[in-house]
Amino acid sequence: MLALAIFLGFEVISKVPTLLHTPLMSGTNAIHGIVIVGAILVAGRPDADTATRIIGFFAVILGTANVVGGFVVTDRMLEMFKRKPSEKQEAE
Amino acid sequence: MSDNLTELLFLATIISFILALRFLSSPKRARLGNQLGALGMLLAIVVVLSQEGLEGYGLMAIAMAIGTVIGAPAARKVKMTAMPQMVALFNGVGGGAAALVSLAEFHNLAPAAGRLDANESVSILLSALIGSVSFAGSMIAFAKLQELLSGRPIVYPGQKFVNAAIMGAAVTLAAVVVAGTEEQWLVVALIAAALVFGVLFVLPIGGADMPVVISLLNAFTGLAASATGFVLHENVLIVSGMLVGASGTLLTLKMGKAMNRSIANVLFGAFGQVQAGGGAAIEEGRTVRATTAEDVAIMLSYARKVVFVPGYGLAVAQAQHDCRALGELLEERGVDIKYGIHPVAGRMPGHMNVLLAEANVPYDQLYEMDEINADLPQTDVVLVLGANDVVNPAAKTDPSSPIYGMPIIEVDRAAAVVVVKRSMSPGFAGIDNPLFYGEKTSMLFADAKAALEQIAAAVKAL
Repeated sequence: MLALAIFLGFEVISKVPTLLHTPLMSGTNAIHGIVIVGAILVAGRPDADTATRIIGFFAVILGTANVVGGFVVTDRMLEMFKRKPSEKQEAE
Repeated sequence: MSDNLTELLFLATIISFILALRFLSSPKRARLGNQLGALGMLLAIVVVLSQEGLEGYGLMAIAMAIGTVIGAPAARKVKMTAMPQMVALFNGVGGGAAALVSLAEFHNLAPAAGRLDANESVSILLSALIGSVSFAGSMIAFAKLQELLSGRPIVYPGQKFVNAAIMGAAVTLAAVVVAGTEEQWLVVALIAAALVFGVLFVLPIGGADMPVVISLLNAFTGLAASATGFVLHENVLIVSGMLVGASGTLLTLKMGKAMNRSIANVLFGAFGQVQAGGGAAIEEGRTVRATTAEDVAIMLSYARKVVFVPGYGLAVAQAQHDCRALGELLEERGVDIKYGIHPVAGRMPGHMNVLLAEANVPYDQLYEMDEINADLPQTDVVLVLGANDVVNPAAKTDPSSPIYGMPIIEVDRAAAVVVVKRSMSPGFAGIDNPLFYGEKTSMLFADAKAALEQIAAAVKAL
């Protein structure tokens, strides 16, 4: 499973043009926000004591910021690429 | 929700992430890819929230609201020029989250000595260690790019020794915990040591190398998330984290390659230290020729082929629209306009492409470094707009230069060069640029936006 993930991780981005390095970095950055799943599991443990709840609380805050911020920033970067073809069509 | 259904939905999340990465590698579908990734993430969050036996939803809702309030407006409002540090910031909080998850899990599992098996404790400690390094390192990268800290490398004697000692201490603490002394203060101390290491590890790295460092820390956070998955026995975390770890590592190598520098050189080279000797000697011996916007307008208007070389200065001045306007004005006069784009111009690879695309510069006028270099000997005027290190001939001629060997746009091969720059201060790498003293070079000291407006006005008046 792990080996497959490593292989796929290398494979899927092997042909990325320089132009997309930064958006890709930003996109993968958003994806590791999946750690929020771990944060939720820890914060929501039924047997959790106060300390766990507090640490989990902050973990969920950070995880959410990672997910939301990561995807939004990436979208904003890519938005700039998209505007061009539509304007070109209008000009034609 | 049944376990099988949960697993199946998590698999859908993983597939959406793989497709997201695939789509993000092609310009046409990149945005779709990002949206697909976001959808997969939303699915994973919904699935985990609907798992049976969870408690504390109220607190979680508050935490998510706070996280969204921190993340969304910052990401929405950030200026184009500030995007790299935003990525660093969001990467850091992800690492921080991984470290906190493992701390909480240790706190939960470790009250009785000997309860943790080695697999579990190793995963917890790895996640805490890598997550903390990523958190602290990203925050320093953020501070450097945001110019809260100097972008220059911060170095002191014995730095590598101190870094190695701190890392050694963290690893020793980890070994003690794995050996069976499951005291919480040991894990807290380990996190503290990792945080200090993260700070010290990024401090000596110059601002120009920050994108590579952020990419590396991004891969780190992926690994930390993956380790967290081992702690919690969640495949979705293990696989997604590892996807980021692997693709992030490959991306880091690719970025290093685009700059013709090894990753070891980036991390340990303290690139861009102010050169006391070489730089000063050049300044004493040679003079700089200053010019005016009117003169530049005449040069450009009567040229046949003009190449614009944009850099970070253009992005800072938000002058991309003025740049396109001047280009169009000159084209009307029959001048052939091209843009030479260095792969690492600006502060992130692809920065200039994004910036010029925003200003609707026609895509077919943008040329990559190798293409434009072949064209430069036949070019009449090169207009360098806020670029510095990427046109520094020292990279080709001076083996003692820290950027020696980095491919550059060879603007000195054109008939004339005009450099638009605010002052003589060195670029992001902190190195002097012999181009400015060249015989063919004239300097227009101005903010890129003001300069382009003045040149355009002067061209119109001709």
